[in-house]
Amino acid sequence: MSAHEISGEAHRHEPPKSFIRKYIFSLDHKVIGIQYMLLAMTSVLFGVVMSVLMRMNLSWPGTKWPILGTLFPTGAPEGVMSPEFYLSLVTMHGTMMVFFVLTTAPQGGFGNYFLPIQIGADDMAFPFLNMMSFWVTFVGFLVLVLAIFVEGNQTIGAWFSGLGDWMQGGSGTVGPIGGWTAYPPLSALGKIAGPGQGAGMSLWIISIAIFCVGSLLGALNFITTLLNMRTRGMSLMRMPLTCWAWFTTAVLALLAFPVLLAGGILLFLDRTAGTSFFIPGGEVVTDTLITSHQGGSPILWQHLFWFFGHPEVYIAILPGMGATSHILSTFARKPIFGYRAMVFAMFGIGLLGFFVWGHHMFISGMSPYSAMAFSILTLSIGVPSAIKTFNWIGTLWGAKIRFTVPMLFALGFVSLFVSGGITGLVLGQTSLDLPMHDTYFVLAHFHLVMGVAAIFGMFAAMSFWYPKMFGRMMNETIGKIHFWITFIGVYSIFMPMHIMGIIGMPRRYAQFAENGQSIYHFIDPADPLVKFVTAAAIVTALAQVLFYFNFFWSLFKGKKAGDNPWEATTLEWTTATPPPHDNFAGVVPTVYRGPYEFAVPGAPNDFILQTERDAEVAEVDGGTSGNGSDGHGH
Amino acid sequence: MGRALGVLIWLITLGSVLLFASGKWWFPATISEHGPEIDRQFMRTIIVVGISFVAAQVALGWAVWKYRATPGDTTRAVYSHGNNRLEIIWTVVTAVVFISLAVIGQRVWAQLHFVGAPAGSYQVEVVAQQFQWNFHYAGVDGQFGRTDPSLIGSSNLIGLDPADPKSRDDAVLATLVLPVNRPVELTLRSIDVTHSFWVPPLRFKQDLVPGMAIHVHFTPTKTGQYELACAELCGQFHYRMRGYVIILPQDEHNALMALPPDQFQTRVGQLRQQYPIVY
Repeated sequence: MSAHEISGEAHRHEPPKSFIRKYIFSLDHKVIGIQYMLLAMTSVLFGVVMSVLMRMNLSWPGTKWPILGTLFPTGAPEGVMSPEFYLSLVTMHGTMMVFFVLTTAPQGGFGNYFLPIQIGADDMAFPFLNMMSFWVTFVGFLVLVLAIFVEGNQTIGAWFSGLGDWMQGGSGTVGPIGGWTAYPPLSALGKIAGPGQGAGMSLWIISIAIFCVGSLLGALNFITTLLNMRTRGMSLMRMPLTCWAWFTTAVLALLAFPVLLAGGILLFLDRTAGTSFFIPGGEVVTDTLITSHQGGSPILWQHLFWFFGHPEVYIAILPGMGATSHILSTFARKPIFGYRAMVFAMFGIGLLGFFVWGHHMFISGMSPYSAMAFSILTLSIGVPSAIKTFNWIGTLWGAKIRFTVPMLFALGFVSLFVSGGITGLVLGQTSLDLPMHDTYFVLAHFHLVMGVAAIFGMFAAMSFWYPKMFGRMMNETIGKIHFWITFIGVYSIFMPMHIMGIIGMPRRYAQFAENGQSIYHFIDPADPLVKFVTAAAIVTALAQVLFYFNFFWSLFKGKKAGDNPWEATTLEWTTATPPPHDNFAGVVPTVYRGPYEFAVPGAPNDFILQTERDAEVAEVDGGTSGNGSDGHGH
Repeated sequence: MGRALGVLIWLITLGSVLLFASGKWWFPATISEHGPEIDRQFMRTIIVVGISFVAAQVALGWAVWKYRATPGDTTRAVYSHGNNRLEIIWTVVTAVVFISLAVIGQRVWAQLHFVGAPAGSYQVEVVAQQFQWNFHYAGVDGQFGRTDPSLIGSSNLIGLDPADPKSRDDAVLATLVLPVNRPVELTLRSIDVTHSFWVPPLRFKQDLVPGMAIHVHFTPTKTGQYELACAELCGQFHYRMRGYVIILPQDEHNALMALPPDQFQTRVGQLRQQYPIVY
């Protein structure tokens, strides 16, 4: 692949002067990236608080929590969480986490900030579109928060009730009760199907539809930028693996989000316009015969949702894989093991990710023959995932590991990705889904692999790039304490959940006991595990205060960072800290080698920047020579 | 730091293996003909999962223990960009193992889902609603009466048509009573939202989807009373959408089926008291 020429002058823009154009409606990809990160850091607070509330209700059902009674007099009368309140927590926890945390920070946050810099561009291809994608996403967030208040607060609920039955709020919940998957008919029938299914559900759909638009705009921008704006010498096979991950993620987002958007619009029409895409005829809900709908299919929504939903899992985890590969190589002081295999594996995961959605639907009533095809394709996706794991461990073999905070989190990512991913071998099988579907085993699986591993990827990325973004180092001691507690904590939470699933404990149950009596005896053996998990969840959630404290404290008090504090090799470390408005101060960087040239024999340092010319370093066997091949193989 | 992390990863691995192998927590004993094969496939899979998990975590722990940079050591890491032969070996090995597992797992799935219920299966229609289970029994004539959603009300939970002569001896109960060692065919329907039929010891789960009649079959192999749970989020009181399944010896079941609807219902009430819940 030949060096790619770009004109550095073509879309240079001057740094804005006014506060609003500089920090609020900024066109600068770096500011927009930080905005996405702050959005995720806000949303994750909602998500974590909601998960702790759920754990409290599971461990101590019927207990009075006076503050909840004050905040939600209807949903938690006298502070006792009602089942509908619990289910709205389930929905909003999932929605906040999947959309506004796992889909924003890894891609819109770190990708926005570092993709242009790592490929040597001065901004994204379409800066205005970039600004739009953040602000559209932010509006989606506000609508989701409104769903909390319109259901939780009767006064706010009353403002919207004039719009019609589909906007009846004030049920006392904090949103809809159908989970983040919003299966119809429960989600399509409106208020009659349950509390929170009126205004809360309508706003949920609007929020997700807006989010889809924002993600689509972002995906277009990422793909165009990466394909068209690479600097001289930055061939595709010299890109850092982070860029490959963001690119693959953007392709997935471009293909997956439109399907969810379409599905969301159809669901909204079913609720408001009397259409019947997902509602069959002859429904009797709460003793009322529904005569206004006929001929819809509830399973159709599941196909549309999971056609998006499964790639979404990879949208959440791929950027973490990219960051982990990048950080492992940097602190192992060793080139990444099998660069090409890593790129192909990532694309393999992305491609196969579009053909496995049916494994969420083995017992849905879908054809059992297609279930078999989906099952075999699903287990195939374990192959590229295993290739990545092998290569990460291969990267560590013979390394000189520096145990910085980002490295600890990257190593944690590898461990968690293995632990969470490997149980996909169980859940991907049609026959084993009969006992396992919709149990805590599923919760354990996807929380470890797409939740916690992805969050570890974010912690790794944040502590790694923090000095470049803010000019100061994060505190190493606090970072390490945060890592140890969180790493032990997440395993303590999610490992026992596998066992609960084997016992048969169904997910999305508001409680397992009522008035001191257990509802299902077969779940009784799980009781000590339930209590243990709640304790672990509370400790782990509290430990996150360390991260927030470190983030804000280090902004002002952190040790000043140089341009390349980690002795890393890629382009972001060749420019000033923090980078100037146009990233490279008017200079167009030229790339001469691959991204992970560590420990090159005979070179003066144990790392060679991508911009160093061959003449500047001793010529070595297996080194790179600008032909795009990066010394791969052997 | 490297040694501490290595040891911690090993301890987590050991702890996880002990948790799975403790014998304290596992599936309830299975009570269906296909259950033992599902349990065997689960064991086969969990052994592959366990070996892969332990191997990866032990290797990761070993690497961080062994290859940590030590202060004062100025030697460099090994300069290597990878090894194509290793890549091919581990790709082929994982592909063969994973896909074989998937294929082997299809056998019991095919047995349950690719063929219809054997002739002479005992039939019950299941009608789920928010938040209860209704089981529709054909009665002595062995034929199900017609149902119509517009007839559904608090005294006619599944909308049974009283004008249909076949419906006269039908019974609608909240408990599912099945014969042991005889194939059972259930027809699953829902009148409102999606529910899911889930009896852990049966190793069986199937969604009930509004607008669809889903036919499933299995053979219970052990008598007793078992809990039935809803496994698909169906609304506010999903967590207490509980039902019971009683599996009777065949002669006792035949005697029950010969009873007229009102006596049938009374007798099932007695059976609910008579059989302790197995869990």
